[in-house]
Amino acid sequence: MELLIAIAIGLLTGCGVLLILRGRTFAVMLGLTMLSYAVNLFIFVSGGLTAGAGAVLGASAQYADPLPQALVLTAIVIGFAMTAFLVVLAIRARAELGHDEVDLQKPNTRGGA
Amino acid sequence: MALLLPWILSIPLFSIVILLLFRQLSRNEQTLIALLAPIAGLLLLAPMIPDLLQGAVFQQQWQWLPVLGLQWTFRLDALALLFSLLIFGIGLLVIFYARYYLSASDPMPRFYASLLLFMLAMLGIVLSGNVLQLWMFWELTSISSFLLISYWSHRSDARKGARLALTVTAAGGLALLVGLILLGQVAGSYQLDVILSKGPQIIADAQYPLILVLILLGAFTKSAQFPFHFWLPNAMAAPTPVSAYLHSATMVKAGIFLLIRLYPAIAGTDLWFSLVSLAGLLTLLTGAYFALFQHDIKGLLAYSTISHLGLITLLLGLDTDLATVAAIFHIINHAVFKASLFMAAGIIDHETGSRDMRKINGLWHFMPVTASLAMVAAASMAGVPLLNGFLSKEMFFSQTLHQSVLGALSWLLPLLATLAAVFSVAYSARFIHDVFFNGKPIGLDKIPHEPPRYMRVPMEVLVALCIGVGVFPQWLVGDILLAASTAALQQTPPAYSLALWHGLNLPLLMSVVAFVAGIVLYINRKELFLFQAGFQSTLAIHRFEGQVQRLVQRCRQFSQWAEPGRLQWYIAAMLWAMVLLAGYPLLQLNSLQGERGLLPTDWFSAVLVVIMVLAAMATVIWQRQRLLALIMISVVGLMLSLLFIRFSAPDLALTQLAVEVATAVLLMLALYFLPHRSPKQSAHATLLRDLILAGSCAIVVGSLAYLMLTHQADSVSAYFLANAKSGGGGTNVVNVILVDFRGFDTFGEITVLGIAALGIYKLLTGIPRFKPSADADGRSWALDAHPLMLRVVSQGLLPLALLVSVYLFFRGHNLPGGGFVAGLVTAVALIMQYIAHGVDWVKPRLNLQFSALIASGILIAWLTGTASWLFGKPFLTSWFNYFDIPLLGQIELASAIAFDLGVYLTVVGSTLLILANLGKLTTRHKPEHLGQI
Repeated sequence: MELLIAIAIGLLTGCGVLLILRGRTFAVMLGLTMLSYAVNLFIFVSGGLTAGAGAVLGASAQYADPLPQALVLTAIVIGFAMTAFLVVLAIRARAELGHDEVDLQKPNTRGGA
Repeated sequence: MALLLPWILSIPLFSIVILLLFRQLSRNEQTLIALLAPIAGLLLLAPMIPDLLQGAVFQQQWQWLPVLGLQWTFRLDALALLFSLLIFGIGLLVIFYARYYLSASDPMPRFYASLLLFMLAMLGIVLSGNVLQLWMFWELTSISSFLLISYWSHRSDARKGARLALTVTAAGGLALLVGLILLGQVAGSYQLDVILSKGPQIIADAQYPLILVLILLGAFTKSAQFPFHFWLPNAMAAPTPVSAYLHSATMVKAGIFLLIRLYPAIAGTDLWFSLVSLAGLLTLLTGAYFALFQHDIKGLLAYSTISHLGLITLLLGLDTDLATVAAIFHIINHAVFKASLFMAAGIIDHETGSRDMRKINGLWHFMPVTASLAMVAAASMAGVPLLNGFLSKEMFFSQTLHQSVLGALSWLLPLLATLAAVFSVAYSARFIHDVFFNGKPIGLDKIPHEPPRYMRVPMEVLVALCIGVGVFPQWLVGDILLAASTAALQQTPPAYSLALWHGLNLPLLMSVVAFVAGIVLYINRKELFLFQAGFQSTLAIHRFEGQVQRLVQRCRQFSQWAEPGRLQWYIAAMLWAMVLLAGYPLLQLNSLQGERGLLPTDWFSAVLVVIMVLAAMATVIWQRQRLLALIMISVVGLMLSLLFIRFSAPDLALTQLAVEVATAVLLMLALYFLPHRSPKQSAHATLLRDLILAGSCAIVVGSLAYLMLTHQADSVSAYFLANAKSGGGGTNVVNVILVDFRGFDTFGEITVLGIAALGIYKLLTGIPRFKPSADADGRSWALDAHPLMLRVVSQGLLPLALLVSVYLFFRGHNLPGGGFVAGLVTAVALIMQYIAHGVDWVKPRLNLQFSALIASGILIAWLTGTASWLFGKPFLTSWFNYFDIPLLGQIELASAIAFDLGVYLTVVGSTLLILANLGKLTTRHKPEHLGQI
């Protein structure tokens, strides 16, 4: 199971990286969301994989590590706020600049945008 | 009385605040407030003087950063007293003088505030009992000097001069800092007392040469010693009161003060004698020589100052204790006569509009009183008997005769000293003759006359001191000179006598020779000027500015190279750095496999993971068809929340699920405003390059994850598990961590959430109108915007969803749930109403101020935290207890629930503020007449 999870984390990271390297804002948003999935999963499993043992006292014989869970919980919510900020930034940029490319382009080099 | 010491420093600060706050005061009132600082300072010092002259040391100390050896220590001994009197005394006169010097258009509060800031900094240096503290004030003098030189900031020479002075003195200051830190390490303390008592140990240390050189660099740059003297003439662009105060009487003496202060600790070695005496000698000679050729009065005085500073440094470099006494005596004398000369230069500039000695001649006829005063001061500078300059110069001559620093060549020193004195007489003669006699003024804009009566008062005081000290030296300065010398040397100096007449001796002969030769030199100056004109000289300021321009150019090139304005470039650089930094240690390992037991693979999880990975890849592949990509990425998120359930994190699963909905709505809204498809853009080479980077990241992160998963690590979590119930009163440990153990973090996080939402709100206001009327394929928006089915279902679901969120909220402390999850569920339920009915329908029915919701959430969380202060507990200490309530049974009440309410409100407010505002835009911008665009 550990191997599978590690591969999944790696692949999610790879997909996220590939997406944020694209030149359009929407792909960057997708990439960042994907990367935050990967990172959240990574932090979550830093406590080890535990099945059937939620961190609720008295509910089971052993407990999963609660600390990474607490960290990831807030990270998910803040991640949403940050994604939203980025989205709005992109919308504003499109409205102001008329295109959705991420790079500052010098006027003479802007071609078929 | 030591308690008074901090007050001496705070009074200038007080005056600064008043000056800056009440800018409307009249010029006289502002002057009075500025004068308050030195007057009060002198009054505070007065009662301590008798004790200090007896050798007392007052000290006051506070702990600041004891670990770093930083204590605030104020230390006042006779040497510090002498300098404090100079700083206050000359400061008092200069402030008074500046009242008449500055014109009505010059901003006076800024001038006085900077001047008082300097006064404070200089006092700080003098009164510091800790060398690091001394260094801070040292840098503050550089900064205030910068502000004062550039006071007339519209003038280019003022800006350049200020920049040059700051660069040189601050660079020296950095060297000094390193030197002082090393000194403190060797001595074992940064306290001055300790350092002064550890002289032999410091000198014996292997690092002593380095320490000495670094400290000398600091002192020499500050005191304009050769080869760092070039900044001082350029600092003459400052208003003349500043030149009189900072650049002749006090600040340039700071370097010398430091040398005297640390004399018992670092002096007395051959290295000290050769470095200090050589620098002093060269400065003495170059300063005196170049002073003669200046046409600007202030230029002449500046080079003369350099020369006199060199003289003092040279005295410190001579290997006798008496030389140090002479040095301290000359500090007093030079401050007095040079300040008055600068004031004369200021008056002349003020009344004639020029400082060029080729133009201003024969002023004796226009301003006889000022002329007489200036001539007395200049005579003192030349070393004429009956004036104070004569006495210390005699002491200097006599010390050059009793030294052996140059070994067998030591006889050269008296000769060179006489040579410098010859030039000093010559430039003093030029100052007197060229300005006040020598024909008539040439091409002046106005007819000169005497200055306002009171402008001359400070000069009169100083000139009276010149004569007074010159005639009755023992009576006026004998006591304080002896006490200051004793404090400097940390032992009683050998016997000496301060008197006008020591009989016919060699020093007197040297004076006579210098006087005659100086006059002869001045009379024959034409040949010398011709000789000097033969040199091609580039001014230091131009060289410096050239260097600055080149540096700026280089920096611009570098930043253009490093910041090409390409996001992809930045991200790639950061990711490659991560790959290399995290990948390199992996290469050192033999195996990723660790000792931890593995969890067997089950089909359910495997399927989840496979779907998740496939969906992620599909997102990448279909990323140009944006709606499809959006759906795919939602699949990834969904699978992730199922994985959270599978691996015992129900709280996370709930949160992820709710956020997933919100994110999907968000991205859908984004698609409304953004193009729905991306054009094919990347070249194959780019794609390959990105694939390599993505692959490397995948490999490194995946390996790290595996490494982490198979190794057992110590965790603090056992503590949380053990104390959640007893300390936090809850059985859901994740929630207890959030609202109790790490409550302060959570408080920060909800604040960030609120700020992000408000930022989004701000970004969306005033966004240019942008109206897409159809999608990428030309299909216009559906006419039936709000399908009936969705309307009915969502309306029915709302109370249910709210009930669920309340349930999740209340059970959160003991079972999966809590403020975050409940908030998200509420927000999603409300968002559903917006989607199903539109903003116009929801708005009158749900009249919520989202920003007020956020604010009240953060406020509630904060109040919950501060409530524990009422009980004398630290911020966010939680409280809980159990109550028996009839019918309901035992109920637990915990303060954490109030905190969680804050979290809940913030989450609801933020999510709705973001999504509703974004959604509102689509409504507002909805094309009213379809098909017409």
